[in-house]
Amino acid sequence: MKKEYEFLRSIPNDPGNLIKGLQLLQSSCGYISVDGIRAAAEYFGRPEADVEGVVSFYAQFKRVKPGRYQISVCDGTACHLKGAPLIHEWLHQELGLKPGETAEDGVFSLETVACLGCCSLAPVMSVNGKVHGKLDRKTMMKILKEYAAK
Amino acid sequence: MSEIIKLKIGLASCGIAAGGEAVFEALKKATALPIDQVGCIGHCYAEPLVEACLADGSSVMYSNVKADEKSIQDILSLGGENRFEVPAARKAKELLKVLALAGRIVPTDLADYTANGGYEGLKKALSLSPEEVINEIKLSGLRGRGGGGFPTGMKWSFLAAKPGFDKTVICNADEGDPGAFMDRSLMESVPHQVLEGMLIAAYATGASRLVIYCRAEYPLAIKHLKIAIDQIYEAKLNVFGNRSIEISIKEGAGAFVCGEETALIASLEGQRGMPRFRPPFPTDRGYQDKPTMINNVETFGNIPVILREGGNAFASTGSEGGRGTKLFALAGDLQYPGLVEVPMGTTLNEIVFEIGGADRSHVKAVQTGGPSGGCIPVELFDTPVDYDSLRSLGAIMGSGGMIVIGKDRCMVETARYFLDFTHRESCGKCTFCRIGTTRMFEILERIVAGKGCEADLDLLEDLGKKIKAGSLCGLGQTAPNPVLATLRFYRNEYLEHVNEHKCRAMQCNALVDVVLDKSKCVKCKLCLKTCPLNAISSDFVIDPALCTRCNSCLDSCPKKAIIRAAKGDK
Ligand SMILES: Cc1cc2nc3c(=O)[nH]c(=O)nc-3n(C[C@H](O)[C@H](O)[C@H](O)COP(=O)(O)O)c2cc1C
Ligand code: SF4
Ligand code: SF4
Ligand code: SF4
Ligand code: FES
Repeated sequence: MKKEYEFLRSIPNDPGNLIKGLQLLQSSCGYISVDGIRAAAEYFGRPEADVEGVVSFYAQFKRVKPGRYQISVCDGTACHLKGAPLIHEWLHQELGLKPGETAEDGVFSLETVACLGCCSLAPVMSVNGKVHGKLDRKTMMKILKEYAAK
Repeated sequence: MSEIIKLKIGLASCGIAAGGEAVFEALKKATALPIDQVGCIGHCYAEPLVEACLADGSSVMYSNVKADEKSIQDILSLGGENRFEVPAARKAKELLKVLALAGRIVPTDLADYTANGGYEGLKKALSLSPEEVINEIKLSGLRGRGGGGFPTGMKWSFLAAKPGFDKTVICNADEGDPGAFMDRSLMESVPHQVLEGMLIAAYATGASRLVIYCRAEYPLAIKHLKIAIDQIYEAKLNVFGNRSIEISIKEGAGAFVCGEETALIASLEGQRGMPRFRPPFPTDRGYQDKPTMINNVETFGNIPVILREGGNAFASTGSEGGRGTKLFALAGDLQYPGLVEVPMGTTLNEIVFEIGGADRSHVKAVQTGGPSGGCIPVELFDTPVDYDSLRSLGAIMGSGGMIVIGKDRCMVETARYFLDFTHRESCGKCTFCRIGTTRMFEILERIVAGKGCEADLDLLEDLGKKIKAGSLCGLGQTAPNPVLATLRFYRNEYLEHVNEHKCRAMQCNALVDVVLDKSKCVKCKLCLKTCPLNAISSDFVIDPALCTRCNSCLDSCPKKAIIRAAKGDK
């Protein structure tokens, strides 16, 4: 196993721990690369194709490197009703991004998530895990500017 | 008035999102009083919430608190600004049993929990035989809160009947309905209560392993549960005589279908979360091929209550169609979104209008059961909310997500939204579910784009019936429900879309133009500056070919001169 993936050894290598291993991989590297898959396959003793299958099954796992700021727009029922599609449209106009994409300058990436559990503040988006609620175009633009300036 | 001895601030996810942490910091700076970080009391619309506990035992609540000097000093001087009272209608209808301690105790403080009756249920259980515990659960009439509504006592007796102790009890904390947050709130606010329920289950069924399968999107819930588990180990609450129970948490990875029992087990074993054929049932062969039983978070949350009260007393609340109380995550078009707990059998009228404060003239329907459920039109809001009544309307109780849909929402678009969700979440094992839901989704896309025809409606119904019949698991079996229910109650909206190319809610972009009413316009040009696509000309006409119907200009216009109108209308 490549040195950079040694951290996998912090979890027992029984094949049932694969998902946990992949989660660790993603939180350490930001995404799951081909090398990452290879390392996980080797460590947990499972075929690479098998690992690839697990990665592609679960929405949480990303195969492309995310931007510095990960924007997650909630498209749960409450947020959808309260205007999540408009938020996507505004973000698209502003950043030229569609869900699943990362901007070329690597600052923002965009994804859609289901309910963040803050429906009473709908519509909601989170940036690197920090939730921003009751969004309208103005507040959204302000938030984008703040992050872009950081 | 007596003086403040302690402050409490709601710092569950909803409180944090509303800015609770900044308020907490500001309070810490302003006073030396002890400040408890508590969970959510269910009034999410009023967050951030601060409670001032007084020396005489009473308390004063403050809502929508800001982190500024003025708000903070107002609280510390017990001023009148931002005072919060539970709305009277809600107080009258709500019955807090499972949520009794949520937002009142510190979630990660074992002593706080035990001082308020915590672990008395477990103590009581340990004084009974396992059979007697199961009998209490049977007497209580408790049915699973995860959606299926299976009698919990019976489920426990199946696992108890298996010989030996090499068995697993799993808590389903996947909460997949994308508009529900009951389980999150319980785990964040009273993690020990959920764990107490699980320990009682371990004792009654003879299981030696407890596993919580939790959505990865709930980091705070996971954190609180982990702390609580450590405290349980330390206090040896997991030791029954010579038996010691192992408790662990596994994080899901974002797949709705993993809420299904066999898929959940596959996921725990590190596989793709695909359901499998039953039998064998998990109680015969489950996690690691050992007998396994799965209950929902809220189901476990009810268990300590049952043991404390006794099964018969518990059963005295509720109705024929369901015993005890139910939590609902109320959201959508209403005044007071949040988490509510009411006796089973409370009507939708009471929940939506009296508790939720929704505007009677504005509500069209309510969606229960999320993507597996259906809508119920406002005309039928005298329906009592229990398992059987809802099913008779083609909806389901589900786990408790309840979304209020206003008159300005399009039901066809709502159905399209749910199918968009389910067709992507289908695991792909069954042809009917995998391809059928995709076809249904495509037809709905066609209809909202104004390209559908009347025959499409029959096709949707036909497909819906076949998908329900030809699917292995609950996902496929219920995926058509939102479409079938809207077709049943709102067929006229579908017909308008396909025949007249009209969306009465002005929501479906393809059937709508954003137009500028020159008679109201004062030529302030704010809209021109706002439009990101320069779709508004200097003589104040919007070019429908450039405009993406993003609504930005609508909000910018001080005169409300810009509106959404049916395509072609002037
Ligand atoms: C597609 C699908 C998703 C489900 N999602 C959940 C869920 O998120 N949480 C849950 O508790 N039960 C969910 N269920 C129901 C569970 O399979 C199971 O019936 C339940 O956890 C049993 O617990 P209970 O008897 O306490 O309700 C789901 C079922 C299906 C078919
Ligand atoms: S019904 Fe759908 S989700 Fe369920 S097993 Fe079949 S394909 Fe998978
Ligand atoms: S709706 Fe959006 S794109 Fe269309 S005119 Fe208004 S601001 Fe421009
Ligand atoms: S913002 Fe309104 S009032 Fe001002 S120019 Fe535009 S349409 Fe006219
Ligand atoms: S639907 Fe967006 S937070 Fe729940």
